[in-house]
Amino acid sequence: MDYLIAVGLEVVSGIASLVLISIGLAVVFGMMKVINLAHGEFLMMGGYATITAANAGVNIWVSILLIAPLVVGLIGLIVERFVIRRLYGRVIDTMLATWGLSLLFIGLATTVFGNTTAGISSPLGPVNIGHVGVSAYKFFIVAVALAVIVALYSLFKLSRFGLVARATMQNAAMSSALGVEPPRVYAATFAIGSALAGLAGGVLAPITGVVPSLGAAFVAKAFITVIGGGSTVLVGTLSASGIFATVNQLASFATTPVIGEVALLGSAIILLRLLPHGITGRFFKGRI
Amino acid sequence: MIGSRNYWPIAAAVIAALSAIVVLPAIYDEYSLLQLTIYAILSVLALSLAFIWGYGGILSFGHAVFFGLGAYSYAIGAINFGETTIALLLSMVIPGLFAAALGYFLFYGRISDVYLGAITLTVTLIFFNLASSTSGPEYRVGRVPLGGFNGIPSIPQLNVPGFPDWTLSTTELFALSVATLALVYIGLRLLINSDFGRIVVAIKENEVRAELLGYDARKYKLVTFVIGGAIAGLAGCLFANWGGFTSPAVFALGQSVQIIIWVVVGGVGTLAGPVIGCVLIQWLTNSLASLNTVNNNLIMGGILVVVVLMLPQGLVPTIARLARGRRPVQRLDAATKGLGGASTKSEARA
Amino acid sequence: MSMNRRDFLKTAVISSAAIALSPGVVGNALAATDILVGSIHDLSGGLDAYGKPMQDAMVLAAEEINAAGGLLGRPLKIVTKDPQSSMQQYAQLAQELALRDKVAVLHGGITSASREVIRPIMRKTNTLYFYNTQYEGGVCDRNTFCTGQTPAQNLATAVPDIMGRWGKKIYIVAADYNYGQIVSQWVKKYALENGGNILSIDYFPLDVTEFGPTVQKIQAANPDFVFSALVGGAHLSFYRQWAAAGLKGKIPMASSTFSHGQEHVVLNASESDGILVSGNYFPSIDNPANKAFTGAWAKRFGADYPYITELAAATYQGMHLWAKGVSKAGTLDRTQVLEALESGISFDGPTGRVSIDPATHHCTMDIRLGEVKDKKWSVCETWPQRAPLDTSSVCDLIKSPNENQQFVIKI
Repeated sequence: MDYLIAVGLEVVSGIASLVLISIGLAVVFGMMKVINLAHGEFLMMGGYATITAANAGVNIWVSILLIAPLVVGLIGLIVERFVIRRLYGRVIDTMLATWGLSLLFIGLATTVFGNTTAGISSPLGPVNIGHVGVSAYKFFIVAVALAVIVALYSLFKLSRFGLVARATMQNAAMSSALGVEPPRVYAATFAIGSALAGLAGGVLAPITGVVPSLGAAFVAKAFITVIGGGSTVLVGTLSASGIFATVNQLASFATTPVIGEVALLGSAIILLRLLPHGITGRFFKGRI
Repeated sequence: MIGSRNYWPIAAAVIAALSAIVVLPAIYDEYSLLQLTIYAILSVLALSLAFIWGYGGILSFGHAVFFGLGAYSYAIGAINFGETTIALLLSMVIPGLFAAALGYFLFYGRISDVYLGAITLTVTLIFFNLASSTSGPEYRVGRVPLGGFNGIPSIPQLNVPGFPDWTLSTTELFALSVATLALVYIGLRLLINSDFGRIVVAIKENEVRAELLGYDARKYKLVTFVIGGAIAGLAGCLFANWGGFTSPAVFALGQSVQIIIWVVVGGVGTLAGPVIGCVLIQWLTNSLASLNTVNNNLIMGGILVVVVLMLPQGLVPTIARLARGRRPVQRLDAATKGLGGASTKSEARA
Repeated sequence: MSMNRRDFLKTAVISSAAIALSPGVVGNALAATDILVGSIHDLSGGLDAYGKPMQDAMVLAAEEINAAGGLLGRPLKIVTKDPQSSMQQYAQLAQELALRDKVAVLHGGITSASREVIRPIMRKTNTLYFYNTQYEGGVCDRNTFCTGQTPAQNLATAVPDIMGRWGKKIYIVAADYNYGQIVSQWVKKYALENGGNILSIDYFPLDVTEFGPTVQKIQAANPDFVFSALVGGAHLSFYRQWAAAGLKGKIPMASSTFSHGQEHVVLNASESDGILVSGNYFPSIDNPANKAFTGAWAKRFGADYPYITELAAATYQGMHLWAKGVSKAGTLDRTQVLEALESGISFDGPTGRVSIDPATHHCTMDIRLGEVKDKKWSVCETWPQRAPLDTSSVCDLIKSPNENQQFVIKI
């Protein structure tokens, strides 16, 4: 029984991690139709921001929740200004430029930090469910994922920025005619997406080894989740993460991690075959 | 569009290939020949994507899957049979059949755009995962252990069909690779200029219109995809011959992205461009290996970003335009038709 | 299709001419009197944490040899190539070093995959090859020397010792490739021989970062200790998630790979303290050669160098073993150097005495058990002069010098 609860918790936290690592990419793809292949490196830089701040004596929660998203959000602004903005409407070119950026950031991180940097360990100890120990940090990951979803929902649905952003997404020319500056909206959106990636990197820092090549392990999974979800940011990411992470974790428990990984990828293919435009291409159209 | 002048590149390809095969082995040492051989082999791979993407409008993020299948099919066949002719055929037939199955799944499921990209990427990642986890002795095909992450080493060289003892020398492999490159180029050029080719391009330009004219877009896309897959498989076979090894890295995301980079750097919608893009990028990667002052990822990444920003149409179209005294124009979505221009569509709808 | 093909054909010709010419320029720029030594290690990409210290070890050894007057009166020059963690680059660069630079010897390769790419090229081009990484054993090729330890050598004494400390129920987690699979089988063999039992062996692809299900499975199995043969940056997550679940103090852990990728530098003391590692080299080894080695290293690369790995020590020793062979042969001629190396060359290096075993071209060396505490290693056991038993059970180059393959050893 204790074991079953632990399994359940692994599934829930698996979903939460997948939501966190893909939501930044989902915002950028959903709102701007930009596929950011440097997304993994944005996570990586969030991780480095966190451990650098924490090792310098900043409170660890501040490092994770504040410094990581701020730093990476800022990097996102710069990237948007000098690269992404010049390539709007050119999906493939953007992908290639961001692939270049991903190599560039890996090289940069290696040059600045070397290939090994002392990391930080989980700030929360274990909790026991019966006699099974689980990391209390998993609850934190679930909480952050929930908070991000609520915050994004409020931002896009309730705030004025959200209204303008959704209008620009639907029809840039029309909103421009109404006095909105689409480039600004895009810049802000990209910065938000980057900040979310940074946050995910910060949250992951205490449970992974932060090394320059960290991003490679995440980018394909995030990409598949976002496409599987379709163009509707929140519902899409949530439902795709829910399906993929459940399949992955349960298959990993029942068999091996390889089969878990293959099951995730297999379910993505089946999903896209049944729903050729992602989950939200069929259901939940027009929501965020 | 169609005229006699469209055939002169074919003559140029024949002359270039013949003179390369005759002249270069005489003036270059073994190392240079080996290097030119790998450039030629990867150029064949570049051509296969140049065709299905640039002319067929199908952008596969997992094109490496066919290359990898070709390399593995050849390796398994060659070691099992000894004589390599069947293995050579297998290296095209198996990727071709797989392309047919995958293509049927994709095109008859009406999957397109970025979703097609996601599925092809996922497929190649599945192969990567499965091939990587075959290191136990129980995973073998015939008498070939698959070797997992380490892959299959000591793959025998191609032999002249019917003569198992006449295996190709460095020079002969070079000649074969250059000849293959020329033949594939010529074949694709003829195909593009044929009725079939024009229909394929028409479907890329406007699928709905082509279908209203009575062409079954699914069928044409499928055939295009299968041809591209088989050519990529052939490149994989030559690659396995060149290095004598194959490993799951041929299925990795980086390998697929690399092919896309060659095509974009050279110019989507051309055949010569991707070949030049491939050679340039490979040469650059190889040169960076000896230059160890700055981290290589840093340089390579920087160059890619600059190329995309400065050469919006890719190398060949930009140079062609400059040569005619015109300023290069911004590439619009025409060149990104592979994604069906996700952005243009949403704008058009609104 | 409205473009001028003549112009880009012109460009194509020019650029291919540039390509064909430029490597020659680089190759010829070297002075004729230098002895060229090839070095191929990943200096960028996913394996750079392994490759960087190995490359530095090459440089240090060459500088030492040069300071002592060079080899045969000529200075060594290292030709460094970075394959950027790509197998295709490994092949291309090995060809370049052997055929164009005509290096006297090539040191390099990290994974077994890269070694199996390099090895045939070196054999075909008659270029001597040193592989300085611990690996699964079984390579049998007269042109190749392996200076790293192999599983039987390493684990035959360590596994029973660790079982004596902690108990007989073992759970193995390993990287899913040849090395991980074969090491796991050796651990299993030595455990069973000593009355232990293996609860489970779990293999992980090299890019897995999520170990939650495994941590739970291990808890449910409740072993006396966990044996890890995990490899690479992604697998670091396992140690983190293990500690985060509170298992660090409950179930002890041993490993044969931990520290080679500088894991203990990235992890915190609280996550790594108490892990036992069996291997050949730890920087705290107390012998004069190691004191001199670590001193010279700190002087050359800075006192704050993250960690001198076992692979770096093996590379350093590989260079010196080769140099001794050349000195003894009195020539760079490959056949004569081979014969000199096979005459029982040994070197008193930082890991103690290493001697080339003529029959296998592997090395007899000391094996140790190290414990990490506060990111520093202390040596708690030393088993002197262990022979490469696994490879010698299948390979005898004295009897069959033309052997050329990697045997799969029956365990």
